Amino acid sequence: MRRYIEIYSIMLRNSLIREMSFKANFVLWMLVEVLWFCGQIVFFSIIFGNVDRIGDWSKWEVVLLVGTHQISAQLFQAFFFMNVSNIPELVRTGKLDTLLALPIDSQFAVSTKQFGLDSVLNALLGGVVVIVSLAHLDIVPSVVSVLLYMVALAFGVAIHYAIMLALAAVSFWIVRAQGLVYGYFNFLQIARYPDAIFPRAFRFIFGWIVPVIIVANIPARLLVKPLDNPMWLMLHLTIAGSAALLISRLFWRFALRRYSSASS
Amino acid sequence: MITAAKYAAVFKLGLQNTFVYRWNYVLRAVFGLIPLAGTVFLWRAVFAEKGGGMQGYTYGSMVYYYLLMILVSNLVTPTEDEWQIAADIREGQINSFLTKPLSYLAYRFCIFLSGRLVYTIVTILPIALIFFYFRDYVRLPSELSTYFFAFVSLVMSGLIQFFISYSVSMMAFWILEISTVVFIVYSFEYFLGGQMFPIDLMPAGFQAVMKWLPFYYELFCPIAIFLERLEGAEMFQALAIQTFWLVALWAFARFMWKRGLSHYQAVGG
Repeated sequence: MRRYIEIYSIMLRNSLIREMSFKANFVLWMLVEVLWFCGQIVFFSIIFGNVDRIGDWSKWEVVLLVGTHQISAQLFQAFFFMNVSNIPELVRTGKLDTLLALPIDSQFAVSTKQFGLDSVLNALLGGVVVIVSLAHLDIVPSVVSVLLYMVALAFGVAIHYAIMLALAAVSFWIVRAQGLVYGYFNFLQIARYPDAIFPRAFRFIFGWIVPVIIVANIPARLLVKPLDNPMWLMLHLTIAGSAALLISRLFWRFALRRYSSASS
Repeated sequence: MITAAKYAAVFKLGLQNTFVYRWNYVLRAVFGLIPLAGTVFLWRAVFAEKGGGMQGYTYGSMVYYYLLMILVSNLVTPTEDEWQIAADIREGQINSFLTKPLSYLAYRFCIFLSGRLVYTIVTILPIALIFFYFRDYVRLPSELSTYFFAFVSLVMSGLIQFFISYSVSMMAFWILEISTVVFIVYSFEYFLGGQMFPIDLMPAGFQAVMKWLPFYYELFCPIAIFLERLEGAEMFQALAIQTFWLVALWAFARFMWKRGLSHYQAVGG
């Protein structure tokens, strides 16, 4: 365990140095993300120009939901996105073999090389939006619900990661499939919508099997809906999140076994 | 005649090359269903809450709008072209074009056309199924002329999108990694081009500005004409502005190529 922490801190330092040597690119990427975030807010403000609520979600509750999604998506992007989305390329070019030969866990090796500081800043922007929404809603969350919120966010990031890893592992079968990365964005697009809009079957599939709906909805509910049962929400997130992580890991190892046997 | 044969050969080559990407295309089409479902459910909830129309849209026409958006963007939006052009420039593939009696712009345009053809063929079945599923919301134009103007606008949309992609890719002459620029342009296209929501839902002041930007003419204009939301004098004005952007972006694409090339040769020489 200590060895992994040491390796990870070296990688973090390296990628920070690399990132700071391309400052213009760094600023531009931040700009892209800010644009997307603003676009989301504009979209919902147009909708809320016409209605007062969507299901049991009011305007500022939805803004808080979008901000929450921003935090978990950007934290995922900061730590894992670039690495996992690079897996298909590693497979295609055969560079994966070098990583597999390292005396560390293969999933760790492919998941941790780069780190994006710009995404951390964008996650902070999401945090500011969450705080502004709380002020508009006149809610002062208790220490317990803030703690639960943070734990829930971590599970959200884990779900992002599990979905992306599972999609990337498919590239062992389909080479030339950048479309898989595109699939991640498609899945996560529904994560920022209020859960109340989805019919029951859809909510079951995307709440338990590919649990994207709960990534932002459950943390947001923990903060702004004190009447919901937090125990049940946490239980849902914990079970679905852990299952997603576990299944994606099993799938990764299964895919890897096939890859190793095919190349020998 | 020889010119025609030359570019027909490029077109055929393009067909073969894009066929490699067929899995990409299938995956894109299938995964694209998830956000579509999300959008449909979102608007269903909004219209149920509102209990009536919204700026002339009903739940049915809103769903239909997004279906047309998918269809039209499959027909005219470039998918891999930017990356391929950037790679051609970065890896020096364009050297071979400088000595050939072949315009790189025309060459890329043939590749673009063949790419759109393969993409459309691969994705037509899932799209037809979605249209069938929502068949109750499909409304065809009442007048024959609408088909004609929508088609003219559609063709211009394709050309505009191609010229924008081409111009953006030319940035590869100056910078190593164009993905940031591509995504910035894409973000504008997504929000201001009507992919996220119909532009005519925006406040009137915004719309007046949007009408003069090229993004309006990348997807939204042909759809609005087809839905008969843009009619009469307003439609002719839109077509005129679209023609202006088409010519301007074509000139810009050629300008970027020239500038890029002189930079390239200056560095190489």
